[in-house]
Amino acid sequence: MIEAVGLTKRYGDKTAVHNLSFQVRPGMVTGFLGPNGSGKSTTMRMILGLDNPTSGRVTIAGRPYRELPNAPRLVGALLDAKAVHGGRSARNHLLCLAQMSGIPARRVDEVLGVVGLQDVAKRRSKGFSLGMGQRLGIAAALLGDPQVLLFDEPVNGLDPEGILWVRNLMRALAAEGRTVFVSSHLMSEMALTADHLIVIGRGQLLADMSVKDFISANSADFARVRTPDTEPQQREKLTSALTEAGAHVLPEPDGALRVTGLPLPRISDIAHEAGVRLWELSPHQASLEEAYMRMTQGVVDYRSTVDQREGLMAPPQPGAQPPLPVPGQGQPGWYPPPPPGAGGAPYAPPQPGPYGTPPAHPAHPAAPPVNPYAQPAPRPTADQGAAEPGAAQDRTAQERPAQDRPAAAPAAAQPSAARTDTEDAR
Amino acid sequence: MRNVVRSEWTKIRSVASTVWTLSLALVVTAALGMLVSGLLRHDVGRLGPHQRLAFDPTFAAFAGMNIGQLAMVVFGVLVVSNEYSTGMIRASLAAVPQRGTFFLAKIAVATGLALAVGMATSFAAFFLGQAMLGPHRASIGDPGVLRAVVGGGLYMTLIAVFSMGVAAMLRSPLLSLGILMPFFFLISHVLGNVDATKRVGRFLPDQAGSRIMQVVAPADDTPYGPWAGLGIMVLWVAAALAGGYAVLKRRDA
Repeated sequence: MIEAVGLTKRYGDKTAVHNLSFQVRPGMVTGFLGPNGSGKSTTMRMILGLDNPTSGRVTIAGRPYRELPNAPRLVGALLDAKAVHGGRSARNHLLCLAQMSGIPARRVDEVLGVVGLQDVAKRRSKGFSLGMGQRLGIAAALLGDPQVLLFDEPVNGLDPEGILWVRNLMRALAAEGRTVFVSSHLMSEMALTADHLIVIGRGQLLADMSVKDFISANSADFARVRTPDTEPQQREKLTSALTEAGAHVLPEPDGALRVTGLPLPRISDIAHEAGVRLWELSPHQASLEEAYMRMTQGVVDYRSTVDQREGLMAPPQPGAQPPLPVPGQGQPGWYPPPPPGAGGAPYAPPQPGPYGTPPAHPAHPAAPPVNPYAQPAPRPTADQGAAEPGAAQDRTAQERPAQDRPAAAPAAAQPSAARTDTEDAR
Repeated sequence: MRNVVRSEWTKIRSVASTVWTLSLALVVTAALGMLVSGLLRHDVGRLGPHQRLAFDPTFAAFAGMNIGQLAMVVFGVLVVSNEYSTGMIRASLAAVPQRGTFFLAKIAVATGLALAVGMATSFAAFFLGQAMLGPHRASIGDPGVLRAVVGGGLYMTLIAVFSMGVAAMLRSPLLSLGILMPFFFLISHVLGNVDATKRVGRFLPDQAGSRIMQVVAPADDTPYGPWAGLGIMVLWVAAALAGGYAVLKRRDA
């Protein structure tokens, strides 16, 4: 069992981890999630006594790591698979780690077999691929047959077979009653591996709950509704009818609607009453990835912007299609499904951001409260329609005369400006 | 502690840089000493009686020490900073949370190895150099000679240990080498030979420590003898190690 209480780490005036408290329990795989730079690795280093917390403490089995008797036999860790002297053979690397902890040399050959590196044991680790390096790091973590295991990004660079192997290994270790604490960026993998999640952003705890609870609390299952592409007015009619009935309606990039807050049969009834034909009405189950993206929207430190290629692009040919924005590239607010209704997660206040306003309606007259997890995109005015990554695409292509089309680049610059405002506001 | 020493031995023997730096130290020191001794063999014959008295055949054979010690510096720096540059330090300190034990074991193993190679280098340089000097050679049984040769081995060792301490403080191999190499190769000599800085310069570790390799004391006003000079060097080394230990103990890995 790992327990952190009020754990805080500051480097100068930058706070890497702030007042973090959590427990990692034995017998299950606990996933440790957070965007890059959110303090995951710092936390792991503090657990291992490598970094001293500025305040607070973290203990394993009730004691700080550096005071544990025989710590390497109780705790095994993979922090950085590249942390190996390239000139040393895999076997010698493990051998010196084993000798430090008083582990017999035959255990080295055992773990080399466990991770499947027995054939390259004598080779210098300099020539190892990323995946082989990960296996070597996992071997090092398993050396002492520890009760507590920490893995920082264990599946980085592994092939599908390796990923499956790691997943089964984690689950097997947890099933033996060990404490397994794994950080990863691969959400699909975490959904399959972890039982419990600890999510941090900017060094603070965002969530500490089971995977199932996390998904249901941080995402809304929604319905995809599609009206005939040929009749846009039907779409707008349905949008207003659904909104009146209390649903949240968001345009999808392909022209469909994303509806939350109403059960499927009710959507069908409303469409029928409004006299709107439907081409599609399908339930959509949110994934862990969506739930995670939604939760961490506001705490991502490194976000890509649209590559504007200023001065590099040939002037657009008359009548040429402006490049369509790629979903997720420099477009804050693309990912999150609408917030769940009242009683949603504390981190997702149910306030539609300006982006959540359907294009058919005028934007909210007063500036709505800023929702940091649904960052505002520019208001969908006529000129900036293309900046809105969702519904605008179809209209751009189908309805607008060519000369009215905005150049993609200046419009795309808007979301980052909007993001800065949001940041300041917070 | 025994486990950690064994592990450090595994670490040190399983990287190529150990073999390279140590064998380079031996070969360069001995070869340059032979070369200088061979060249001096003819010059010594033409010296006047006074100058003949000041000629130190033992010290002549150690002429390569100036360059050879740089290989020792590299050995000392790499032994410590390899842990940091590869990131291995995290695994090491997770395995040995008692940082004092870890540091002591690492320094002890590397020092032992440096001592063995330093002694071999010193004796090899002496005997090869004397062979080149021919009629002007000194014998290992002459007064003060054995002290100088053993002192040469100790000097090489202390240079390596001093580098380990500095590397433990600075952590980066490039930074450590960038400071130590020019210092031992150039700056220390300049400070020790320019009149204005001479008084301070001769208390620098290499200037003070190298006094022990001289059998014939130079006619200057150096305020310490051979062993006291080595003692000054030991103080420098102790300070570097203390600094390195303090940094390891206090700072995040």
